[in-house]
Amino acid sequence: MGVSIQVQNLNAWFGKKQALFDITMTAQANHCTALIGPSGCGKSTFVRCINRMHETIPDAKAAGSVKIGDVDAYNGTSATQLRRRVGMVFQKPNPFPTMSVYDNVAAGLKLNGFSSNHKQMDEIVERSLKNSALWDEVKDDLKKKSGASLSGGQQQRLCIARALAVEPEVVLMDEPCSALDPISTGKIEDLIFQLKQNYTILIVTHNMQQAARVAEYTGFFLLGKLIEFDKTTKIFTTPSDKRTEDYITGRFG
Amino acid sequence: MSSALTPNQAIPIKSAEMPNVGLRRMITDHVMTGLSVFAMLLVLAPLVAIFGYLVYKGIGSISWDFLTQTPKPVGEIGGGMANAIEGSAVILGLASLLGVPVGIGAGVYLAEYGRGGYLGSVVRFVSDVLNGVPSIVIGIVAYSLVVLKQKHFSALAGGVALAIMMIPTITRTTEEMLLLVPTQIREAAYGLGVSQWRTTLSITLRTALPGVITGVMLAFARVAGETAPLLFTAFGNQFWNFNLNQPTAALPLQIFAYAISPFDEWHKQAWAGALVLIVMIVVAVSAVRLAVSRGNLGGAH
Repeated sequence: MGVSIQVQNLNAWFGKKQALFDITMTAQANHCTALIGPSGCGKSTFVRCINRMHETIPDAKAAGSVKIGDVDAYNGTSATQLRRRVGMVFQKPNPFPTMSVYDNVAAGLKLNGFSSNHKQMDEIVERSLKNSALWDEVKDDLKKKSGASLSGGQQQRLCIARALAVEPEVVLMDEPCSALDPISTGKIEDLIFQLKQNYTILIVTHNMQQAARVAEYTGFFLLGKLIEFDKTTKIFTTPSDKRTEDYITGRFG
Repeated sequence: MSSALTPNQAIPIKSAEMPNVGLRRMITDHVMTGLSVFAMLLVLAPLVAIFGYLVYKGIGSISWDFLTQTPKPVGEIGGGMANAIEGSAVILGLASLLGVPVGIGAGVYLAEYGRGGYLGSVVRFVSDVLNGVPSIVIGIVAYSLVVLKQKHFSALAGGVALAIMMIPTITRTTEEMLLLVPTQIREAAYGLGVSQWRTTLSITLRTALPGVITGVMLAFARVAGETAPLLFTAFGNQFWNFNLNQPTAALPLQIFAYAISPFDEWHKQAWAGALVLIVMIVVAVSAVRLAVSRGNLGGAH
């Protein structure tokens, strides 16, 4: 089951430059929350602070409170432990190029030292690929085909399967469809609807129609600040902030 | 090409010049292709010539005896370089055993941990300098480090000298190859909760492996023919030796000794030794490449 993401007074820096200013928001459990805003506004940085990916960049740091359910992300848990609970799907599909489809899905468990017999692993791989709606397309040569030989849309669904295999509670998606064609995008959006039953989803998108289609809640970022956070319908029909209105009506950004 | 435009509408002045431009481009294209083919042949020619001449001069002296017997004293006909072939294999194996892990480890440090750090740039600089140090100097270093301590020449000393020569090449190619692996691949592993060392070992290094192997093979092929650093480390030996702590024969040493001798029979054997050395390198490099490509999956890249 998914758990909520509670963020309080989150600040983030790249060296001396501050990228996020006092972000406070909560993403409801088993819902999809979208983050929109112009390029460079801090959406991706915000998402990367949630699974502590931000700190892998030299000189980058973050301060504030992030809670995944009851777990304090920045206190009493290691980044690697945290990331097993918080799956991430990236902008560009990034399957491990040297691994087969099967090994890509199994990678998270294998590399984390989770030992299981073949039958268990087979089940986990099959379930993850079914949950990411890729099973039927790859089941015939799971172990023979490289993950990198799939099409872009399939690769992205493979990356989702890979993230699901470690059974996270939350899935972060950083512009998962920006490198995909409309048909693949549609498949991923359908998938998000199904995934909501079991996971909490936080999605960054440049596509406002996409936010409106998949998310119950939407946050609007501008220059490192969370300008407005509300129900998606409210944001797209009657935003309370002038800047949100300007952005969604296309007056800038 | 816009089909909506008639030829007259489509930038009329340019269209009149089009045939000439096309011809010029075609000629330029052919000239450049020709030049690059010529350059390729220029590189290939000495290689083919050397190998051809080696075969021509050496094949006659290669026999079962040559591959299985030790050298005979002057005046006796026959004898071979079996002990030198064995010695070379041992010294090169030892050098690889010492040099490859250190070189790859240093390369991993430079690419994954020491990027932009002070220690990283020092290691990078030192390794580039080491790459330019004459091999005879490295021989002297191994002489004072190992031979003087042991008080005698040994295969071990030869292995150490060649390992020192392999390290900078392997370090720098490993670093370059790891840096070519996209950050997104590393992040994918981090995102699954995989620790940094495990990511480096199982994902980054695995992805860069073909390039890293190329670096290792370059270094191996380069030191396989080195004579100078072996002169006062492995020293050479006329007899079989399987003890790492004893002076050992090596093909380059044997070739050197026979080539400067005044005897025709020995000159022929030197040619044969050189041919065997080259074939050994080719076989070793191909075997490693084959072993690596076995692991690759269909459809990758």
